[in-house]
Amino acid sequence: MALEFTLNGEPISLDVDPDMPLLWAIRDLAGLTGTKYGCGKALCGACNVHLDGQVMRSCVVPVSAAAGREVTTIEGLSSDGNHPVQVVWRELNVAQCGYCQPGQIMSAVALLERNPKPSDDDIDAAMSGNICRCGTYTRIREAIHKAAEDRS
Amino acid sequence: MSELRHITRREFLKRTGQASGGLVLALSFTTACGPAGPGPAAKGAASVTPNVYVNVRNDGMVEIYCHRSEMGQGIRTCLPQIIADEMEANWDRIELIQALGDKKYGDQNTDGSTSIRNQFDLLRNAGATAREMLIAAAAAEWGVPAGECRARQHAVHHEASGNSAGFGELVDTAAKLEAPTDAPFKSRDDYRYIGKSMDTVDGFAFTTGQAIYGIDTVLPDMLHASIERCPAFGGTVVSVDDTAAKAVAGVVDVIRLPDPTSPLLFNLLGGIAVLADNTWAAQKGRAALKIDWDRGANGEHDSSQYREELLKSVTSSGTIVLTRGDVAAAFESADSVHEAIYYAPYLSQAPMEPPAAIAHMTPDGGCEVWASTQNPQAAQDTVASTLGLEKDQVKVHVTLLGGGFGRKSKPDFIAEAAWLARETGRPVKVTWTREDDIRQGYFHSVSTQYLKAGLNADGAATGWLHRTCFPSIGSTFDAGATGPGGFELDLGFLDNPYDIPNMQLETADAKAHLRIGWLRSVCNVFHAFAVCGFVDELAHVAGKDPKEHLLELLGEARHVDPGVDDAKYTNYGHPLDKHPIDTGRYAAVVDKVADMANWGRSLPNGHGLGIAVHRSFLSVVGAVAEVSVAENGKLDVHNIWIAIDAGTTINPDRVTSQMEGAAIFGMSIALHGEITAKEGGVVQGNFDTYPVVRMSEAPDAIHVHVMESTALPGGVGEPGVPPIAPAIVNAYFAATGTRVRELPLRNAGLT
Repeated sequence: MALEFTLNGEPISLDVDPDMPLLWAIRDLAGLTGTKYGCGKALCGACNVHLDGQVMRSCVVPVSAAAGREVTTIEGLSSDGNHPVQVVWRELNVAQCGYCQPGQIMSAVALLERNPKPSDDDIDAAMSGNICRCGTYTRIREAIHKAAEDRS
Repeated sequence: MSELRHITRREFLKRTGQASGGLVLALSFTTACGPAGPGPAAKGAASVTPNVYVNVRNDGMVEIYCHRSEMGQGIRTCLPQIIADEMEANWDRIELIQALGDKKYGDQNTDGSTSIRNQFDLLRNAGATAREMLIAAAAAEWGVPAGECRARQHAVHHEASGNSAGFGELVDTAAKLEAPTDAPFKSRDDYRYIGKSMDTVDGFAFTTGQAIYGIDTVLPDMLHASIERCPAFGGTVVSVDDTAAKAVAGVVDVIRLPDPTSPLLFNLLGGIAVLADNTWAAQKGRAALKIDWDRGANGEHDSSQYREELLKSVTSSGTIVLTRGDVAAAFESADSVHEAIYYAPYLSQAPMEPPAAIAHMTPDGGCEVWASTQNPQAAQDTVASTLGLEKDQVKVHVTLLGGGFGRKSKPDFIAEAAWLARETGRPVKVTWTREDDIRQGYFHSVSTQYLKAGLNADGAATGWLHRTCFPSIGSTFDAGATGPGGFELDLGFLDNPYDIPNMQLETADAKAHLRIGWLRSVCNVFHAFAVCGFVDELAHVAGKDPKEHLLELLGEARHVDPGVDDAKYTNYGHPLDKHPIDTGRYAAVVDKVADMANWGRSLPNGHGLGIAVHRSFLSVVGAVAEVSVAENGKLDVHNIWIAIDAGTTINPDRVTSQMEGAAIFGMSIALHGEITAKEGGVVQGNFDTYPVVRMSEAPDAIHVHVMESTALPGGVGEPGVPPIAPAIVNAYFAATGTRVRELPLRNAGLT
């Protein structure tokens, strides 16, 4: 069946099994590979996207749940790759292998939107759904604090 | 030859309205066969290729071929730092190209923390050769001695005449010259990039979703495959009912892979592949398969029963591999004798990107693959043997790796994609699920370690017996392997640095039942856990401060040679005179890291500090952990301090980030990591049952100091890991008075 939603500001129509997780619809059908597979069970956050501005784990959200709504992926976070969170991530050289970072950034952006001055505890609570096997956590914490400072 | 992917990526950008961004370096993640070489001389050379790593174009751009795999350690930043520095190229005039797998590049196996420690001179030579060719070209054009010219800032200058020419202008002349064989290296004082914390070249791609990993590569008309493999290694399919699988919308085919053969090597594991139009359909179809398995020779493997076997083996007499003095006599005359057994479980590497590869057959009968591989030449070999091709008929493009940690040096998943591509006649992408990754990988060995020490009346160790027991990585390559051997013994066992007059090291047999492979720092993980833990135990037995005791046990600064005690020790492939086991360097990092942690200070109630030092991959790392244990058993790691002596370093920030990452990786091993097996199959399957450290458990801070050194470079990617678990266990003892000799700590009732 044809399913319509907005992907990074553009309308999109997909002929898709409505049960297909949004992750695979974004990656395999829409062709945007910035959103990553890591676990398939909402355990690691590599697949995080924004659904109407809320962080969602796209590996367990069926694509049908996106119908008529706005999906934002890492590719749509900013027009030029210079969202303040992306910029500070680069300033601090947060990434090692980089694979989990789109999911981390999507979580961090959503955190800062609802809490412009998060404490360490706020960050730990908001970011603990995102696994980084390279172990960049302390830099991610620092980057979120810096992004908050830069904005104020 | 990644044209197909570039078209795809342009489409992505168009679809999302993205600009390609302001990348100067690493404009695109291209892979290529190598420099095309100069064009016809009559028209002027398009470029000059001093060696396989460098190509200077007549537009002045310097192409640098990165022949090592990027998996987070920063080699795509550090490798061009070395070459560009030596050749005096400017950082913003470099185009970084990922090299194909090809023996012309020499060793490409990005494993063993080798990229810098083994290839620093090779990379410097690549840059220096290019620089000298350009200088010789300028000298010829100006009719002046080359010795009067020098390269600086992407140009060659002749001071006396005031002549100057950019690298691009010199290409035509340089292309007519032979590459020099004796290009001198720059002096250390003249380095512009080496030793500087340059930003990560892939930073923009990493933060915008443009980075392409093995799982991301797309080819037209490709199929997606998901493979159900036997839960036990070496098992085979008895029968399969694929009716329901074939009925799933999007499923195109169901194919049985060839049964595995022994030894398993990097070859196919067998099983049933479901091929579909998209990943989801392949996974859904796979879930609908009904398969009867013959679990084979390992089908009875039970890790709790196996634990008892290993304990029995390690407490029986073993094979002696190092003898110093007379350990039996030392124990007899000792004032006290102390014994301990350490146990550490199987582990899975669990890189965030599970194994993934795409392959297609080319019209000339060859095979072309894109994969997140640490070892593209091994991928060539394995694909060639799987398909009956010659190695040079297999073209391997190396994508970015979403973590590796040793898993992706085994190209089994690439062979699967290649085999299925040939069977179907279409491009096939194989994507392992997380469950596949955790259940069917190449596991870090489970191990038991027996230690015994004799102390004199002053509490000084006079005798040391250490027996190590674990299923060997050798079993993956030789089904008859019966226990530890070869290079595994070099990893934190034979290279014992402690100044103890009587020492005996032994191995004990252990037959393998899972596929055994290497994980970040390999046997150093469990050897350091046991040795550094036991050394801490001896400090407490003797009533000494653990740090002072450690320095005392290291003794006077000296060079240790295990060969003197009849050990076959290979020192990570390097001579001991170039890379000594130097106890002075151990002591220096112990002093430094203790200072950083303010060792000896009074601590809040329930807190403890623990210290450990370990040398691996030619670098020495000291770590201090500060932990607290609440009454409810909640363990917090508040701080980790690390001092690393890696000799000469290329990019201190990437060394620091590797230490930060190693601290978290080591914490996952200490607190959580455990793979168990029942009926031959792995019990765990995802991050719920195989937990790793998350942000909420990360220390408040990881403090890293990179020691200033002009010594030859050591490894960086792995050496941070081994001292972490023992530092935590030692801190736990300091906090609670309870000694833990078994990992992970969560089994000790700690949460």
